[in-house]
Amino acid sequence: MTTYQEFIQQNEDRDGVRFSWNLWPSSRLEATRLVVPVSCLFTPLKERPDLPPVQYEPVLCSRANCKAQVDFRAKIWACNFCFQRNPFPPSYAGISEVNQPAELMPQFSTIEYIVQRGPTAPLIFLYVVDTCLEEEDLQALKESLQMSLSLLPPNALVGLITFGRMVQVHELSCEGIAKSYVFRGTKDLNSKQIQEMLGLTKPTAQGQPGRPAAPQDAASTCRFLQPVHRVDMNLTDLLGELQRDPWPVPQGKRPLRSTGVALSVAVGLLEGTFPNTGARVMLFIGGPPTQGPGMVVGDELKTPIRSWHDIQKDNARHLKKATKYYEALANRSAVNGHSIDIYACALDQTGLLEMKCLSNLTGGHIVMGDSFNTSLFKQTFQRVFSKDLNGDFRMAFGGVLEVKTSRELKVSGAIGPCVSLNAKGSCVSENEMGIGGTTQWKVCGLNPSTTLGLYFEVVNQHNAPIPQGGRGAIQFVTQYQHSNTQRRIRVTTIARNWADAQSQIQLIESSFDQEAAAVLMARLGVFRAESEEGPDVLRWLDRQLIRLFMFHLRRSPFLQVFNNSPDESSYYRHHFVRQDLTQSLIMIQPILYSYSFYGPPEPVLLDSGSILPDKILLMDTFFQLVIYHGETIAQWRKAGYQDMAEYENFKQLLQAPLDDAQEILQTRFPMPRYVDTEHGGSQARFLLSKVNPSQTHNNLYAWGQETGAPILTDDVSLQVFMDHLKKLAVSTFF
Amino acid sequence: MANSSKKSILHDIGPLREKTSYGQVRGPQPGYPGPYSGPQNYGGPAQAPGPAAQKRLDPDAIPSPIQVIEDDKAKSTEPFTTGVRGQAPPLVTTTFSVRDQGNASPRFVRCTAYNMPCTADMAKQSQVPLAAVIKPLAILPPDETPPYVVDHGEPGPIRCNRCKAYMCPYMQFIEGGRRFQCGFCSCVTEVPPHYFQHLDHTGKRVDCYDRPELSLGSYEFLATVDYCKNNKLPQPPAFIFLIDVSYNAVKSGMVNIVCQELKTLLDYLPRENPEADSVVRVGFVTYNKVLHFYNVKGSLAQPQMLVVSDVSDMFVPLLDGFLVNVNESRQVIESLLDQIPDMFADTRETETVFGPVIQAGLEALKAADCAGKLFIFHTSLPIAEAPGKLKNREDKKLVGTDKEKSLFQPQGSFYNTLAKDCVAQGCCVDLFLFPNQYVDMTTLGVVPVSTGGSVYKYTYFQAATDQERFLNDLRRDVEKPMGFDAVMRVRTSTGIRATDFFGSFFMSNTTDVELAGLDCDKAITVEFKHDDKLSEDTGALMQCAVLYTSCSGQRRLRVHNMAVNCCSQLADLYRNCETDTIINYFSKFAFRGVLNHPTKTVRDTLVNQCAQILACYRKNCASPSSAGQLILPECMKLLPVYLNCVLKSDVLLPAADVSLDDRAYLRQFISSMDVTETHVFFYPQLLPLTNLDSSSLPVAIRASEERLSKGGVYILETGLHLFLWVGASVQQELLQNLFGTPSFSQIDASMTSLPVLDNPFSKRLREIISNFRAQRPRYMKLMVVKQEDHSELIFRHFLVEDKSASGGASYVDFLCHMHKEIRQLLS
Repeated sequence: MTTYQEFIQQNEDRDGVRFSWNLWPSSRLEATRLVVPVSCLFTPLKERPDLPPVQYEPVLCSRANCKAQVDFRAKIWACNFCFQRNPFPPSYAGISEVNQPAELMPQFSTIEYIVQRGPTAPLIFLYVVDTCLEEEDLQALKESLQMSLSLLPPNALVGLITFGRMVQVHELSCEGIAKSYVFRGTKDLNSKQIQEMLGLTKPTAQGQPGRPAAPQDAASTCRFLQPVHRVDMNLTDLLGELQRDPWPVPQGKRPLRSTGVALSVAVGLLEGTFPNTGARVMLFIGGPPTQGPGMVVGDELKTPIRSWHDIQKDNARHLKKATKYYEALANRSAVNGHSIDIYACALDQTGLLEMKCLSNLTGGHIVMGDSFNTSLFKQTFQRVFSKDLNGDFRMAFGGVLEVKTSRELKVSGAIGPCVSLNAKGSCVSENEMGIGGTTQWKVCGLNPSTTLGLYFEVVNQHNAPIPQGGRGAIQFVTQYQHSNTQRRIRVTTIARNWADAQSQIQLIESSFDQEAAAVLMARLGVFRAESEEGPDVLRWLDRQLIRLFMFHLRRSPFLQVFNNSPDESSYYRHHFVRQDLTQSLIMIQPILYSYSFYGPPEPVLLDSGSILPDKILLMDTFFQLVIYHGETIAQWRKAGYQDMAEYENFKQLLQAPLDDAQEILQTRFPMPRYVDTEHGGSQARFLLSKVNPSQTHNNLYAWGQETGAPILTDDVSLQVFMDHLKKLAVSTFF
Repeated sequence: MANSSKKSILHDIGPLREKTSYGQVRGPQPGYPGPYSGPQNYGGPAQAPGPAAQKRLDPDAIPSPIQVIEDDKAKSTEPFTTGVRGQAPPLVTTTFSVRDQGNASPRFVRCTAYNMPCTADMAKQSQVPLAAVIKPLAILPPDETPPYVVDHGEPGPIRCNRCKAYMCPYMQFIEGGRRFQCGFCSCVTEVPPHYFQHLDHTGKRVDCYDRPELSLGSYEFLATVDYCKNNKLPQPPAFIFLIDVSYNAVKSGMVNIVCQELKTLLDYLPRENPEADSVVRVGFVTYNKVLHFYNVKGSLAQPQMLVVSDVSDMFVPLLDGFLVNVNESRQVIESLLDQIPDMFADTRETETVFGPVIQAGLEALKAADCAGKLFIFHTSLPIAEAPGKLKNREDKKLVGTDKEKSLFQPQGSFYNTLAKDCVAQGCCVDLFLFPNQYVDMTTLGVVPVSTGGSVYKYTYFQAATDQERFLNDLRRDVEKPMGFDAVMRVRTSTGIRATDFFGSFFMSNTTDVELAGLDCDKAITVEFKHDDKLSEDTGALMQCAVLYTSCSGQRRLRVHNMAVNCCSQLADLYRNCETDTIINYFSKFAFRGVLNHPTKTVRDTLVNQCAQILACYRKNCASPSSAGQLILPECMKLLPVYLNCVLKSDVLLPAADVSLDDRAYLRQFISSMDVTETHVFFYPQLLPLTNLDSSSLPVAIRASEERLSKGGVYILETGLHLFLWVGASVQQELLQNLFGTPSFSQIDASMTSLPVLDNPFSKRLREIISNFRAQRPRYMKLMVVKQEDHSELIFRHFLVEDKSASGGASYVDFLCHMHKEIRQLLS
């Protein structure tokens, strides 16, 4: 038998699943005592180059699609989840013990089907572009957008909406005069009105009786969404001629930015033309919405945008209204399977707090940067269109994730970029965790790293023990539109053994996956933090369980709002609840590598003690990549030793972290903020704020002239935290 | 002059006796079926039609308009000088030149009476309306100098402290020139030091003749920033062209014609200095159910179209690039105008909006913070869902009933409110209509009428036949001099007061006439009432001041001064009246009356007032004579014939084939006409074309069928219509000369212009026609009428001395009726 470590790794590689417990306590009572619920991180579209999709339809149990117990002679199979007996379909007539379909082979616990039915729909990319930008920013954005046209699949439909004080929907099919439909940025219009105004609905009154209405071919009738190959010249020119919002902005005012209406028009347009088709609305903003529905801040510069302080004091005038507005839009968009990306590039906040739901509920990206004219934005945006080994885009649309459980388990909820589909069923738990009350979730936008946290409840009663060797099964069925426009279904079925907690507590203990549990609990924490007050969440977390991770998690921007703007918090949380386990761990506890002349690079403790004058540190927090040159190194560098032939080794030392950083940058989405700093540099704060403050200005002298760098903070260090913890743990349990 | 003669001329219209003096005087005229019935037409007491006239009343014996016109022409050989107070100018039909010597030229101001009664009692007794028809921006003939522009510098024009009248020849300088006494309110005001000048021995300022405001009747002041909206000097105005591109508009060819024409027309935007380019900016919008704005910024390679579908809440989608200077954006504009007809060539949209179109123009002007004019080219009743949506309410059954007035009232209050907003911004609206059916002219016309704009109507527009008329109208409308964002105030000397105003404008209070736009063709009729006694010594003074923004964006004040005499004897009043002006007033009064009263009541009121005027004269001024004699004051002897024309007009007494839109159109159109136009409109000019040798025009003949000869060719002109009537037995030679065909039957009656033939007759006639067209504000389409052709019915409608198809009385009949009314009043 392999170790649990290997088993976990193998499971993750094959099925994209990491469970908190890999042996399940067999009764509800025991499960509750374990504090960490039976739960898993599930990456539905985990890249499996070795997994060929099968070209036939899945066989469905008349109640569910299952891994079957097959009686080859009787040509029937029994469903694992409901024990329904089903006959084989005619296509399985040739089935035998030696000629099995793929889904019956043990190595295919995850299998992908290509659905042949139905027409394929092209992908849709709708750019929604803020024109209230500085000239330089707009130019950069225009170039990025023009560049992106070449990355789109040629048959993809593309559309363009620009906005400032007004909202313009550009018609792309016309020759000669560039045509656009204009909406007032202050008026909230419903979907029907928008479609009428765009001329997308044929007035019923005009239809002559007796003559059937011509079938509406959305692709040909919608002048606003056109195949890239047909309009790329046109659109390139259009983007090229795009001007900054021409309305004058008086002194002391913000430009009037109608983001709310622009999004409403975008959602309305897609809703009317391509419901239930994979589509990305890509919103590019350079500032907060300042007018109309969804406005986040007024146009008076003297009133700053809301801060956490304002929110706590209930001083954020527009917060509730705007949030409600964007939530409604997000839900509409989710219903239609369209995902919304937000690319916000500005030095100040842009209203991500209010708008985050747009991406969170629809599986869209949020990217935050300082300017569109930065490589952070440019490369991140480019990476949106990255392709996998087969040359397909690493994105999928309109996903529906269904979870089926065997009868001892029920589904409590999910946390991730999804919305509930309100599918009630026998396996829905009453005990909600995250987005619960359903067995199906819609994930409008998916990519290979999109990871959901799923929480389960063991419902087996204590007095009805499960026979020895019993297995519980969970099946994840993900239907989605592949980026090559095929509809696909990926089915992952896993099973774990039940164990009696009283007699087999050690076994259960050893099956605990600390990393998964930490991330899953952190997700719960973030989920709560979004809806509850910060300190309450921390208290809850402290009560639940305390491990090393929790020290960093407590200090992380996911739970702490201090030093972060509401937008930043929203941004961090957005990414935290969708990344896979590895990335999530980096987010919770940043990785610190140390480079020196004394040996190969080594991971070091995330502690102020690791900051030494003769070392170069590379810290990866997921959002930031910091290269920190110690005091001596920095002086050497300044002196230019690296340029001297005799100090070749120093040059190599300087180069090593750069190369490693580059490697990380290659794959990370979104692009992290790349910081190259040194001892005493202003940007060193990125590092200093993360490390464990084992040395602070308070205890510096007590530690003497030791190594390391003191951190100016009043936060407690890990040492103090642990001391408290021990005291607490002891007093609680005994 | 006739009015200087003390003796009234008596007009004995023959031995008219009771019972035979009215009713059927002559036998029925050919072509007019049915007996004439008097009461039906002017509501007199029911009267059985008299027996066939025992004695035919000789039409030559009753006052002839032609005679009066020709007499006036004959005696007006000298230039008319305006210096003498109370002197009536020559008639509008006479060609004369004017020398401004302290009163406004009759081209700017004409009064109904140049000798006003001193007291209200006298005025009431006589019933003569006291009114002035003012055409503030009238164009003067080339030999007369346009008003001088006076600049009083930083402090602005010198004005009376109390009544704010502007410096004018009626101000009396006293105390050696240090102060002046206002001629209007008698208040004494200090002369500002910079304006001081010594007086000569007669008490006149030494610089009197150097300063237009001290010696002339009409002049302009440069206005200062105090006279501007928001105390900010105005921006140059803008013209916005809004073109209907619905199915009908495209199909009729209108869109194509407009777009083609605009390309050249943009070079003729109004300007003050003919050398320089116009500063007027232009913008373009097309629309059907939605509006398309165009960005024609010069830096663009192609125009951009911005569609606004949210017509319920109109806004301007762009600022920069909508209103542009023609020269900077010429290529983009031309590209746009080339593409518009193509873009909508295949349109199937039939519904249009109208309210949002005006709103769009208004919002654009607001955004640009300037005044301007909208040119709207529209085809149909706006039934698309939008503010200002109208329903078809044409109901011919209501004609002639008490509810008829509702047809002249607009649907809802939307357009009234919109008009008010337009006026506040200085947004003048000109409407070019191309209807194929009912469009509710009444309602569509509300905004143009209230903003000082014009309405042009081309029913059943066809490119081939109507293009010329439309293009000429459009060219003139674009090019003509005009002022924007204007306010007119009429000040009068103590004793009388301007109480009522008629014309195309908006009034938010009782004194200020607000005109978003005021062009050279628009006249305003002002009625005066006594509020005190006037004195014979000082006479009655009036000063009309119009504050406006010129087409170059300069804020100016145009001042017209007018002084008339006052009299304590009614005879003096009756000697100094001007019938043409009275008719102008009466027609406007009556045409406004139909808004609130049944047309019959309106007609009765007119007849009644006219009878009272004449009865008062008979009673107080005429020498005693037999009751059977009708005695008319010399200068009012045409009042009955002209009044009859007003009563018979399509507005007050429509024939069955006259549409409601046509009536509403005329009603609105006439409200801003000056005296010249109303005269020819109500009494058309009918010229025989037998002898065209001399350089002068042939003498007109009376507008009656019996004056037409079968062997003659006649031209009839109303200012709106132009007919060429060809008798059935015209000599072949004449036909050959005119039409290039010797045969009457081969004349193509559908021609709209005469063939260009190289003979003196043809040349001269075409010259006459083009002269007529040049004189009138609207281009007249030529209509050839062959005698006894079906089109003759239309032509006959304008033979106003005859009975009309709608039941209007003939001149003779009406005169008899009037006589009867007068005698009733006297007895």
